[in-house]
Amino acid sequence: MPDFGYTITKDRQLDHDHGDFRYISLVRSIEPSLDLCIGCGSCSASCSAAGFTDFNIRKLHTIIRRGDVESVKAELKKCMFCGKCQLVCPRGVNLRNLIMAMNRAIELLG
Amino acid sequence: MIKFNLFVLPFSLGLIYIAWSIAMHYYRWIKALPAVDKVKLSAGIRNPSKIFASLKEIFLESLIHRKLWKRNPMLGYMHMSFALGWFLLIVIGNLESRIYHGSHINAPYYPIFLKFFIHDRLVLFFEIFTVPAFFRFIMDFILLFILSGLALAMIKRKQSKWFGMKQTTNHSLFDRIALTCLWLIFPMRLLAESYTAGFFGGGGGFLTQNLGRFLVSVTPGSAEMIAYYFWWSYSLVLGLFFIMIPNSRYMHIPSELLLIVFRHCSIQPRKWGSSFSSLEANSCSRCGICIDACQLNFAAGISGIQAVYLIRGQREQYIPENVAMTCMLCGRCQEACPVGIKVDSLRLIKRREIGSGQVSSFSYLSNSHPGFADVVYFAGCMSHLTPTITRAMEGIFTEAGVNYLFIDRGGSVCCGRPLMLAGKDKQANELIEFNKTLIRQTRAKLLVTSCPICYKVFREEYNLPIRIEHHSQYILDLVRDGRIALQSQHRRVVYHDPCDLGRGGNMYEAPRELLRKISDILPSENECADALCCGGSLSLMNTPLSKKDEVTKNALESLLKNGPDILVTACPLCKKTFSKHSKTEVCDIAEMVHDAIPGRQTRKTRNVNEPVAVNS
Repeated sequence: MPDFGYTITKDRQLDHDHGDFRYISLVRSIEPSLDLCIGCGSCSASCSAAGFTDFNIRKLHTIIRRGDVESVKAELKKCMFCGKCQLVCPRGVNLRNLIMAMNRAIELLG
Repeated sequence: MIKFNLFVLPFSLGLIYIAWSIAMHYYRWIKALPAVDKVKLSAGIRNPSKIFASLKEIFLESLIHRKLWKRNPMLGYMHMSFALGWFLLIVIGNLESRIYHGSHINAPYYPIFLKFFIHDRLVLFFEIFTVPAFFRFIMDFILLFILSGLALAMIKRKQSKWFGMKQTTNHSLFDRIALTCLWLIFPMRLLAESYTAGFFGGGGGFLTQNLGRFLVSVTPGSAEMIAYYFWWSYSLVLGLFFIMIPNSRYMHIPSELLLIVFRHCSIQPRKWGSSFSSLEANSCSRCGICIDACQLNFAAGISGIQAVYLIRGQREQYIPENVAMTCMLCGRCQEACPVGIKVDSLRLIKRREIGSGQVSSFSYLSNSHPGFADVVYFAGCMSHLTPTITRAMEGIFTEAGVNYLFIDRGGSVCCGRPLMLAGKDKQANELIEFNKTLIRQTRAKLLVTSCPICYKVFREEYNLPIRIEHHSQYILDLVRDGRIALQSQHRRVVYHDPCDLGRGGNMYEAPRELLRKISDILPSENECADALCCGGSLSLMNTPLSKKDEVTKNALESLLKNGPDILVTACPLCKKTFSKHSKTEVCDIAEMVHDAIPGRQTRKTRNVNEPVAVNS
């Protein structure tokens, strides 16, 4: 594509009528500390996997919360599970279990 | 002489059943062993020294209960009285029965119920020095020995603290029935023998004869009939106990014997489980010593998930997921277990079943050549959160003039253990292979890591052709070789053993020796193999973090009792976890050493009571 000196941002509109909120409610029931999140992004800043690839756990969390799961499925596999995110979280979100819970939700709900 | 009565039947049937059942269990365990282990077993049982070592351990652990004696003499005596007492009762009873028996072949019940069949009176004075009188004395003495243990066992139900146990296992109904049978066996024998001896006026020893005389004098009715009822009861509880064994905790008695032999043949638990693990599960006596050892129990109030319940679940073919997952895998229960069951490996087998389904993909990792060096330094993920440790290590490397390569300086690929702790071994393999290639490419002879978690997995899973050392050992070697000179700071410190370095890596002395050179070590309550977990364990995922905090606070309370200036550990995760709650400064051993190198001191001593100066 020719460089016009500007880009068009991808459409970020969300249609809540088409969101799949089963995932977030299951994840939330497995790991309630998810609700403590203030979205500061410390988790992603400290992430080991993020040092090598475009992996952003804060973003994944937000996407699932918005009811969009398809894009998360492949992304989640990148997590190395080292647990740094959890240690830096200022709110005490149990992040490793959160990732387990997201995986579990995808496993159960397809 | 009549040598049969109907009442021997329940015992005999029970005996036949248990003999058959144990034989079948043994057969299945041996048959289901992986081929490699079968070879080890057949080589082992042909080796006289291994057989002798097995027999010695069986005698010391299964009969004398040496480990329990060390733990608490009352507990040791109680178990010894049952095990050794019963064993002697069988052996000496058999010898005794031979005096009255023409042939060498006895019906198995005959020695057990000997006093029912034989009750001749020793009349003359000199007869108390005869062989039958001797046996009667010995047999009564052993019975008394067992009964004293039984009395202790009853007291233990109410006052377990006297036996060094704060909490005991919450037993299932089946175990309670088996326990009742076991408790009834010896009182029934005592009463049956006493009434018979009292009625016939002979046949008993010092205990049964005198008790019998008294009982007959105070009991109305036919003493012979009463005795007969007790012989029936004795036979019934014995038979019932035998029948209960295979499905109750008492299966540990026959299982442990084979387990000891297996261990002496160097058979190890397998990653995905084998009949060795099944045998281990059967060898658990559900004594509950692991419950007291568990920090989740005494510090965080989480019950029902301890080793004993996990193993019971395994035997019942059903381990709830939360039982398998709720554990810090600190290894304290394993260390305390008198049977020496590798509980952590049993738990990980279950976790692998749970975690193997979820997929991971690390195809984004691309390998670029790391360069060459003599020593590879792998800090590990956790050390990246505690940069003072990595800085101290770099300072030490530089000071010692080591040609080193900080292989994960730019960001670390995880060692794989956190995934493995979640049961994702297959997924971890990809990371392991990646790191292995990277480390091999450096052509280094030595791999040094700052993280005990990495250290454990490097040693156990990586199969690297080079030496692997934790930095505490490595630094100690540098000091011994005179490559770095240290000057003691004389700070009063307490050393905390990280789980994966201490119990997991059996390294207790190196960090202490190093610390002695640069500081004054104070003792703490739980040291070395008995050390507490900091609570930060990556193995525990499914409990609220507040529970982990409770474990941390409890551990800190114990560690800081002697009021050290600094709490020293050798693990970035322990440091990070403790720092969150500790008012005392928490330091890694590498930082301590770095600051003890003259001219290199960088770390400022923090005083938590002073307000922190904020740079504007």
